[in-house]
Amino acid sequence: MWWRNCRLFRLRSATRDRMLIGTSRALACVSALVVVLIVAFLIGESAPALARVGPVRFFTDESWHPTADASAGSFGLVPTLVGTLLTSAGAIALAGGLGILSAAFTRFYAPRRLAGWYALMVELMAGVPSVVYGLWGLMVLVPLIAAVRPPGASLLAGIVVLALMILPTVALLADAAFAAVPRDCVTAAAALGLTRGASVFRVVVPAARSGLFTAVVLASARALGETMAVLMVCGNVVRIPRGVFDPVRTLTATIALEMGYARGDHRAALFVCGLVLLAAVTILVATAHAAGRGRPHGTT
Amino acid sequence: MIDLDRRDRTGRSADEANAAAALSVTGLTVRYGESIALRDVTLDFPARSITAVIGPSGCGKTTLLSCLNRLTDLIPSCRVEGQVRLGDTAIHDSRTDVVALRRRVGMIFQRPTPFPFSIRRNLELPLREHGGLDKTEIAARIEQTLREIGLWDEVRDRLDRPAPTLSGGQQQRLCLARALALRPEVILLDEPCGALDPISAGVVEDLILNLRERYTIVIVTHNLGQAKRLADRVALLWSDGRGGTLIEHGSTAQVFDAPRDELTAAYVSGRLG
Amino acid sequence: MARPDARWSARALEAAVWIAPAIVAGMFLWLLGDLLARGVAAFLPREADAFDFGAAIELGRNIVAFLTSAPERAGRGGGIAPILVSTGLILAVCIAAALPFGLGTALFLSEFVPLRSRFGTLVRRSLDVLAGVPSIVFGLFGNALFCRLLGLRFSILSGGLTLACMVLPLLIRTAEESFRAVPISQRHAAAAAGFSQWSTVFRIVLPQAAPGLVAGLILGIGRALAETAALIFTSGYVDRMPGSLLDSGRALSIHIYDLSMNVPGGNAHAYASALVLIVLLVLINAAARWSTMRLLHGQERRA
Repeated sequence: MWWRNCRLFRLRSATRDRMLIGTSRALACVSALVVVLIVAFLIGESAPALARVGPVRFFTDESWHPTADASAGSFGLVPTLVGTLLTSAGAIALAGGLGILSAAFTRFYAPRRLAGWYALMVELMAGVPSVVYGLWGLMVLVPLIAAVRPPGASLLAGIVVLALMILPTVALLADAAFAAVPRDCVTAAAALGLTRGASVFRVVVPAARSGLFTAVVLASARALGETMAVLMVCGNVVRIPRGVFDPVRTLTATIALEMGYARGDHRAALFVCGLVLLAAVTILVATAHAAGRGRPHGTT
Repeated sequence: MIDLDRRDRTGRSADEANAAAALSVTGLTVRYGESIALRDVTLDFPARSITAVIGPSGCGKTTLLSCLNRLTDLIPSCRVEGQVRLGDTAIHDSRTDVVALRRRVGMIFQRPTPFPFSIRRNLELPLREHGGLDKTEIAARIEQTLREIGLWDEVRDRLDRPAPTLSGGQQQRLCLARALALRPEVILLDEPCGALDPISAGVVEDLILNLRERYTIVIVTHNLGQAKRLADRVALLWSDGRGGTLIEHGSTAQVFDAPRDELTAAYVSGRLG
Repeated sequence: MARPDARWSARALEAAVWIAPAIVAGMFLWLLGDLLARGVAAFLPREADAFDFGAAIELGRNIVAFLTSAPERAGRGGGIAPILVSTGLILAVCIAAALPFGLGTALFLSEFVPLRSRFGTLVRRSLDVLAGVPSIVFGLFGNALFCRLLGLRFSILSGGLTLACMVLPLLIRTAEESFRAVPISQRHAAAAAGFSQWSTVFRIVLPQAAPGLVAGLILGIGRALAETAALIFTSGYVDRMPGSLLDSGRALSIHIYDLSMNVPGGNAHAYASALVLIVLLVLINAAARWSTMRLLHGQERRA
């Protein structure tokens, strides 16, 4: 082939090997550096806000009306933080239970064909883009909630949509946790006269608890980081909600909505939001990994 | 003193129940999907004795055992024909309460299967699930069972430590204790010493011999020496390509020293299998 | 004879085990049904009272028109052709940028680094963290680095490069798995036959890992296609046909967002675009499975 004659292929094989290893090492270095760059840029861009607004003001300012000049506006993040925490916590509460039960369903209760179809459906759910979840939430869920209590775009809508989105994560990881419990346990439980419900919920679920914990933690990390769907259904009012029917705004939505026109210290403040998000998610993921490595949840 | 000699559901005391319990198998045929695992097996397991089921790999010994406590229900493609009776209860009848059956018939597997919980929880769980005992009674039952097994002194200080940290032999004895705590009538053992070192195996074998007084015991084993050591009666299963069949059964002395079938003679002398 | 309350709570859980999947399936099928119904309705001809052959042709024409014409009146009318082009270009940039780094890193981690090496662990850890970064944070990063610092402004290039950073961990993970799936005995055999590392990689490992690599690539494309938050302020909002990679371009997912949130009366077209997006994702998934099977069979025939 014509390219075999080019210089590259006429080099000695030892040189070629060195080039290959060297190039791939360089590429690996760059890949490893991306996350460092992200953190560096986040810190760099948020520095003006941290310096001029100061971390305390993010908690003590009355409201969120940021301006390009730090002294003029107010930068209170508390309502937004509460919005983020409530939507994620609510979503995890829903999706955690439903996801674990789903995994138990496909693994221990459903007949083979039904389990196959259901698992396929969960896979599909994982692949649906967040805008599509948001579109459905906006067009179907919000009017439905509005019929019960206006305005419709609310904490509740955010929780439901977010729960749907993180459910596949919980179901998948919970299923892996169940799979890790040795089959012998289930057989032994049956031989001891435990009913199926007792075998599953009093033996397998407790035996899988560290894997289930990991599943829930990782899913909450996803929930925290979700932007589009919550943006579309939550109403985006920066206020601590008094009930599930009140609108909220999350950190992610704040960034998405305001980045387009933010200048100066306002823009830097948005980067501070990004930094907070990144820190929260990283802590959660680290917790999940630590919990997963700590206790082996099967027999030794 | 707590009265542990409870009356069971039919009003018989444990002793009477034990005396009555004997397993009998008539015309048992087991299929997994299209293939036949056991063909027309008829066999009795007398009460208060140890019967060993021997034979080469794949001849259906484990399948036979699984029929005795309906563990075959767990396998979707499995079909069981024929009669298995425990005392006067037809085991495979659809009206039989499987949960109650498995309390009366306990099973120990080849690989020790402790739950990944504490020792105490391993023993409490089945007792709580079957009900009828309050907390103090459960604690007393646990201690009594562990004493019977001979584990009490070894684990009394570590009841809340995880069971998987025990040695293999201790784990297997724990599994035995777990089954015995339910006060069964029959104990099924599927190669219980198969995964143990010789010393632990010896301890478990002594235990089994001690249990003979009060339980009907069926033990599946590859190990002819073990069968000779433990069993009162022996049954030989053999697979001829069309499923496992019963070749011969009788007292240990008769099967080993004066076998009626030449296949038996070949197998017990080590020429075959 | 069992404890009455123990039986009760176990019974309740057993019921829940069936109710929970029913709820989940119900919600998702509701969503899917709504998407299909309103999506298809957006394409249906106006005056169709009976679904006959003429209406079917009209439907087909509407779909083609939608896919090939430019948006009108902020997207309430017309089609999504420029948007499809922009999306395609963004994906192309993403893959072109991510592929070399992804393959190179995966190769490095699987072939040239012992399992316990500190550098290797460092690289893996940083990729694990990267995989967890929320997409909006990627958007911030992309905006700061590509749009501002490198002066690319809102452009397809910025968007594509940002997405490349996002799919990098996924690509590396699937590629490394594919490489590791090639049995180590093959590498030993090659070494024993005097192959250089270069030859081992390009003649033995890479060809056998190809099905997995392609599948991973297509998976990455699917992930990038679904992405919105990272693109909002990197690739821009302009819905005109892009003239070059430095022009701003609107991705399909952003178009859906804009139509549903910012354009009154844009709902029908939002649904139509969402349907197109879903169909694209299904096709991509099918392509992944098909290509994996094709390549695997090709390997088996040649073996």
